[in-house]
Amino acid sequence: MDQELNGGQERPYVTAKASKHGGGRKTLSTKKRYIINALLFVAMLAIGQGLIDGDFISRYQTTVIEQIGIYIIMAVSLNVATGYLGQLPLGHAGFMSVGGYSCAIFIIRMMPVFDLNMRSFVTGEPMAVVLFVVGVLFGGLMAGLSGLIIGIPALRLKGDYLAIITLGFAEIIRVVMLNIDGVVGFELTGGAKGLTGIPSYTNFLNTFIVVGIVLFLIHTMMKSRHGRAILAIRDNEIAAEATGVNTTYYKTLAFVVSAFFAGVGGALYAGCIGVMAPAKFGFMKSIEILVMVVLGGMGSMLGSVLSATVLTILPEALRAFADYRMVVYAVVLILVMIFRPQGLLGTYDFSMGDFLEKLINGELFRGKSKQKSEEVEANA
Amino acid sequence: MTFLTQVLNGLQLGSIYALVALGYTMVYGIILLLNFAHGDIIMVGAYISWIVMAQLGMSPVLAIILSVVGCTVLGVLIDKVAYAPLRNAPRLSVLITAIGVSYFLENGAQLVFGADAKVVPTYFNLPNPQVGGATFNGVAILTVVVTAVSTIILTLLVQKTKFGKAMRAVSEDMGAARLMGINVNNTISFTFAVGSALAGIGAVLYSMAYTQATPTMGIMLGTKAFVAAVLGGIGSIPGAVIGGLLVGFAEVFVSAMGFSVWRDAVVFLLLIIVLIVKPTGILGRTMNEKV
Repeated sequence: MDQELNGGQERPYVTAKASKHGGGRKTLSTKKRYIINALLFVAMLAIGQGLIDGDFISRYQTTVIEQIGIYIIMAVSLNVATGYLGQLPLGHAGFMSVGGYSCAIFIIRMMPVFDLNMRSFVTGEPMAVVLFVVGVLFGGLMAGLSGLIIGIPALRLKGDYLAIITLGFAEIIRVVMLNIDGVVGFELTGGAKGLTGIPSYTNFLNTFIVVGIVLFLIHTMMKSRHGRAILAIRDNEIAAEATGVNTTYYKTLAFVVSAFFAGVGGALYAGCIGVMAPAKFGFMKSIEILVMVVLGGMGSMLGSVLSATVLTILPEALRAFADYRMVVYAVVLILVMIFRPQGLLGTYDFSMGDFLEKLINGELFRGKSKQKSEEVEANA
Repeated sequence: MTFLTQVLNGLQLGSIYALVALGYTMVYGIILLLNFAHGDIIMVGAYISWIVMAQLGMSPVLAIILSVVGCTVLGVLIDKVAYAPLRNAPRLSVLITAIGVSYFLENGAQLVFGADAKVVPTYFNLPNPQVGGATFNGVAILTVVVTAVSTIILTLLVQKTKFGKAMRAVSEDMGAARLMGINVNNTISFTFAVGSALAGIGAVLYSMAYTQATPTMGIMLGTKAFVAAVLGGIGSIPGAVIGGLLVGFAEVFVSAMGFSVWRDAVVFLLLIIVLIVKPTGILGRTMNEKV
């Protein structure tokens, strides 16, 4: 159900609209589009929460739904760096772990200060909600900061070097998380045995809202001037620079935004799983997230959302085939690259607004060719 | 542990990294591909040794030959199946394919052999020579010698033979090389074969030193060897050797100083620092981007 909602918030990054030129075609204003999408979002949220409260969805299923949300955030945030910026960072799990550890440690340390206990987050005390918001933002900021630290040297390098330097950086983060306790002299991350005692501050409601906010922010960023600059760099860096785009600035920006949201995803992940261990955020995790982005289509938000959903549900549904899952992943990844390098959806994105426009104009079931010729006319 | 022993340990580890780094550098030099699967080829080589010696009970010599040949064939096969169809595709697609191949080999090995470590039997009982009171590890000396010989042979191959000339030509300009009548596809396959054969030798030397084969052993080994190749300047044969030794020494000395848990972090930190100071690596050439 998540993907329908997200679909509602997306529009392809194409500005030339036939409607601007065409005569009698009814259009929806941007404001109306946003209102429709916001209403759909609230409706989904209410239905989902209603199903959970009414015990139609089990505790286990709720956890899976939360994880879907978390992986949607991870995939969409990696998509900013991979799909939109056209780079290949291989250390996304590193940012996820920075966000997760920061948020979890922050919340654990702050709980006594505000006189909260583990139950406070389940019952939703106001102070716990505030702490959750601050904690998630803190996780995101720390991840964004590490993204900035690694981004400045890494982005001077091209493709493969960037991949290997981010991979190395994620590895450094993993080693630091593993051994930091011995350096600082007190228990901070819990080393190899992991960080325990994390209150389960993640639930369906706040995951859903955070996913909505993340998708909205990334969507609006990509539609803005800044987003177009990032897309220009992907399409041709030299040409973008020649047209006056500050490539270093925008590359770093996209990289930091990607890391920030990965941190937010990690923060939710910590609350959902309840235990943080460095081994969970190895190279394999980064690859898993990359597979989601690549399969869905690099540069397509809908693609990332769909594949994150499917690839989170599938292993849960196919527990019996768990051994073969990874091999199948690998084969699918290779086959998709050979036969459809742009991913299953390419850069296609669904737009609820455009969909409704077509519906009210009765264009929905008309042939594609006719529509295309109209657009050509209008653009001419 | 004397200082000299540590130096020898550093040389040994560095030599293994150098052998693997040579494979990375050659493939990168010719088709600009970071061959992620290279580390996993070593893993396969170690498993071949294990099968031949521990499972089939055959001679170590056969194990070494089969490991090297197996790695060579696997390397060429990977190129033909996964990379060749993408010769004209965007770099990102090929890179992701390489990750896919690496992922496939690791998980395939896990499926076939299980996740637990397999013990590779000792190939030969080498004497540990004593010089002036210090005992030197025989395997370490063998590793260093084999690496030195391999590097010299490789350099001669690249500099003096017709195949080497073709490789250098393709790496400089693939289109122009094709126009000059060089069979580009064969040259690339040959490069993969040479690189993978070196990986096979590396696999044998690695199994001699660490006597273990696990499905994921290739990740760290491969990544660090790539770090070595980048440190030395990718595309350069002496660069790969220098980078490999540098990484090996860094690891051994960090461990010797009692910070062994920080070993991996130090290696990557070294990479980041070198790339910031000199993005092309120690011996790398600056490539100008063509518009």
